[in-house]
Amino acid sequence: MAAKVITITSGKGGVGKTTATANIGAALAKGGHTVACIDADIGLRNLDVVMGLENRIVYDLVDAVEGRCRLKQAMIKDKHIPGLFLIPSAQTRDKNAVSPTDMIRLCDELRSEMDYILIDSPAGIERGFRNALAPADEVIVVTNPEVSAVRDADRIIGIIEAEEKGPAKLLINRLNPEMVRHKNMISADDVVDLLAIQLIGIIPEDKNVIISTNTGVPVATDGKSLAGEAYRNVSLRLQGNTVPFMDLSKGSGLFGLISNVFGTGE
Amino acid sequence: MGKKNIEIKGIRDGILVEISSGDWKKREKELLDHIKNNKQFFKGGRLALDVGSHKLKTDRLASLRNALSDQNITLWAVKSSSLVTERTAQNLGLSIRIQQSTAEQQGEFPSSTIEGEEAVFVQRTLRSGHKIKHVGHVIILGDVNPGAEIVAGGNIIVWGRLRGTVHAGAKGDEEAVVCALQLSPTQLRIADKISISPAEDRKVEPEIAQLKDGQVIARNWNSRSG
Repeated sequence: MAAKVITITSGKGGVGKTTATANIGAALAKGGHTVACIDADIGLRNLDVVMGLENRIVYDLVDAVEGRCRLKQAMIKDKHIPGLFLIPSAQTRDKNAVSPTDMIRLCDELRSEMDYILIDSPAGIERGFRNALAPADEVIVVTNPEVSAVRDADRIIGIIEAEEKGPAKLLINRLNPEMVRHKNMISADDVVDLLAIQLIGIIPEDKNVIISTNTGVPVATDGKSLAGEAYRNVSLRLQGNTVPFMDLSKGSGLFGLISNVFGTGE
Repeated sequence: MGKKNIEIKGIRDGILVEISSGDWKKREKELLDHIKNNKQFFKGGRLALDVGSHKLKTDRLASLRNALSDQNITLWAVKSSSLVTERTAQNLGLSIRIQQSTAEQQGEFPSSTIEGEEAVFVQRTLRSGHKIKHVGHVIILGDVNPGAEIVAGGNIIVWGRLRGTVHAGAKGDEEAVVCALQLSPTQLRIADKISISPAEDRKVEPEIAQLKDGQVIARNWNSRSG
């Protein structure tokens, strides 16, 4: 079984790449797949925190790349979900400790044993981002419905196209249906219209996400959370299923799960 | 061999490496070997390449850039007589012009071209960070997104939505025009005049912008003939 390598990136920082990686990883693993999440943000690691695995780190990505440990030793098993693994990044090094070639080699080593390899990219368009992009089979660009985030997403999508890793898929995070209704937030339609790439999911703003980030239990495992539901849908779409988009425009966005807003997505 | 396959020169913006014709893989290896043997000289440097007539697609240029990046060298520009290579370099966000002297600069952007003779045609969406600079006219089939920039000596025609920054008649041609299916640029310049789009939502219709009495005026395309 050869794994699919999916890089999650954004350009702008703070839009939710790490949360998305943890949740998509959790949802895929819940669906019975083996998933390795790699934190490529060397020097500013936090995927381990979001996944609640910080205190289990012995070896990290740079150790594995520089041969201080075997790759297996750097892989941390998730506490709750079987088949979910984390390769944490180093906190005390910087992006130059790893090269794009290292990342390709590392992923190739993992491919035979995993179904999915998710790479959490650092913000920016420099070395760290190139590292995360190099081994990718598929790329997900995360953005918020904000002008600055969308602008950076556009830039990143351009670079991904130039590197022939495209077309990237779009994940809109932290959409607030209430604010969109009052025209205080850009709508998902407008974002898709500008970026003109395939939409893979819309994650509504949900305070459960913040709670789950703090507790280290991905919201995707929470059956009642709307954001969790949205992340599970993303994971289904990644597996090639057609899942209608949640209708977030009705009511206060609670259970308006009526099909189809943006077409089938395929 | 009289002439070396790889020539290294110092220019204002760092180091310029000229690569002779022949097998690209060989030349690439020669360059990388040379760099490995002279690590101290190249370390942390900014490198421009003149690849002559080598036709390079994205995978080749990207792999070279990654290899250079592994050596802590930033590739920032690629000069070539091949259009394929120039386009690849632009796609990778690399500059395709290396400023060597003011004389050469003028040569690359002559002020005396005949109007309407030269044009580039680009069939894709220009995203944030993309820049097109051309001495003649520029025609885009696709959108020009915010953050993208077009500078043309002549006219700019966008068959799509224009939301980035454009400068027509950049060499001072006040007759230059900008037209787009939807004209809502971040900033629009014609010759030395600068204008910004009105804040209110514009109708989505083809428009043409030109200078009238020293002011940029945008008009509906249909009413133009009347």
